[in-house]
Amino acid sequence: MRLSQAWIVARHDLAMFRQKQGILIGLIAFPFGVGLGFPALVEVILSRSSTDATAWLPIYLQAFSFWFVIGSASLPTTIAAYSIVGEKISKSLEPLLSTPTTDGEILVGKGLAVFLPTLAGVWGGSTLFQLLIDLETRSVFGHLYYPNGMMIALLFLLVPLVILLAIEASVIISSHVTDIRSAQQYASIIVLPLILVYVASEVVLNLDLTTVLYMAAAFLAAVLALYAVTLRTFHREEILTRWK
Amino acid sequence: MIHTEGLTKQFGRLTAVDGVSLDIGEGEVFGLLGPNGAGKTTTVRMLTSLISTSSGRGEVAGCELGKESDALRLRRQIGLLPENVGLYEGSSAYENLEYFGRLYRVDPVTLRRNIERLLEMMGLWERRSVPVETFSKGMKQKLAIARALVHDPILLFLDEPTANLDPEAAKMVRDTLLELKQEKRTIFLNTHNLDEAQRICDRVGILRTKLLTIGSPSELRSKVFGTRTQIRLEQVTESIVAAVRARLGDRKVEVSGDLLSVEVENPDLDNPEIAAAIVAAGGRIRELSQPAASLEDVYLKLIHEEGRAA
Repeated sequence: MRLSQAWIVARHDLAMFRQKQGILIGLIAFPFGVGLGFPALVEVILSRSSTDATAWLPIYLQAFSFWFVIGSASLPTTIAAYSIVGEKISKSLEPLLSTPTTDGEILVGKGLAVFLPTLAGVWGGSTLFQLLIDLETRSVFGHLYYPNGMMIALLFLLVPLVILLAIEASVIISSHVTDIRSAQQYASIIVLPLILVYVASEVVLNLDLTTVLYMAAAFLAAVLALYAVTLRTFHREEILTRWK
Repeated sequence: MIHTEGLTKQFGRLTAVDGVSLDIGEGEVFGLLGPNGAGKTTTVRMLTSLISTSSGRGEVAGCELGKESDALRLRRQIGLLPENVGLYEGSSAYENLEYFGRLYRVDPVTLRRNIERLLEMMGLWERRSVPVETFSKGMKQKLAIARALVHDPILLFLDEPTANLDPEAAKMVRDTLLELKQEKRTIFLNTHNLDEAQRICDRVGILRTKLLTIGSPSELRSKVFGTRTQIRLEQVTESIVAAVRARLGDRKVEVSGDLLSVEVENPDLDNPEIAAAIVAAGGRIRELSQPAASLEDVYLKLIHEEGRAA
């Protein structure tokens, strides 16, 4: 595996994404919408609340911060659909496969081109979120609420794993569909378990550091399990002879 | 440059390519002809190590087919124009070539020089910065050929380079192929355009899952149809036919109206004998010609015979 070769593929794909307005808007709108929207909501709630916010505010903040995980599952599916199904539609995969680049290098290159902007978007949005929340709640808590252990685990452990899983799912789905929209729709199924966790967190589940670590372990297992399938799917001969 | 023995590819129960043996020399332009579904693209994909072989062996540009360690070395030395050009439409011509040059690890100075030379050669230099989506089909095809040449490969595979092009664009591409031929590049051309093969290729092979025949266009013509001399006479009589047969021995002589068709081995030696026999038998010759079967005739005959046999 030559990372420099993979990086050539990644750089090219990143340059292609810059031409796609839909991708850019998605990458900015979702994380920064969450990063601005929830602090605005907190501001409204705090201004209207007369009770002790330290009792209930952490529960809200934990739930809000989980939206960055949901975003990190949905954003890569859009980008990966353009990266893989887009190339499949434009028939540019065969020339790419005929170059002295291994399947693994192409896969890593394409994966990086999806992983890096998604991570940058989510981290950017979450940084804005944490800054604004700290500004609003410093007087409430008497200290800076962020960064804390849960947010660090969420952003540096769970989010990267969720992005990886979404990329793997997108690659596998890309071999079975013939248009970008279908690829996005099928791959977005990966968001469903996260939505369930989010809903459960409102009712029965406490979204604390322990829960996040358990979830990270589950996602790591899923990432490893899908890795072999992804490699088998993104195989030169498979792409040229079996992909729809 | 290319040597294969019994190259076979099966997809489940379907045999796409069956026991193809080829020898293609350096600097040769070889054309693989065949109808749709004959296995031409599969053959090219095996030869370029894009897909594995089911059986048989082969060596391309000094690299063994099916050997994992040779696959990258092989792809570094060859250029491929697939049937679908697959360009990045939103990118410029220059960016398309630059990306592939980088993937082939061409050093930046050489890459710039190659891109300029190729775009000049293809007549696209003036439009190097324009998005490819604004190009005509012919221009896109030429750019795709330039992409296959950006790393200066020793062997070029072209899969149906003029398919789906209008006559003007096809001529544009054919002229480019003739220029490449003059550069003495080894070219493996997949086509079902027989006129193109006849004009460009040194040798052709006709494939219908199996390689039906191989040779230069003129060799194939005489191999399949033999060489004939046609003589138009004022009147064909039994005595003239008998005289020609007597002079040339067992040769096949056919009569159709005032036309006498005689199978010959060496026209330079046989034609004067035929003329002398006719004149001696009292015949008057209006015209004597050496009609050549076209590659199309050869192709259709072999494909139909194979179709009937199958």
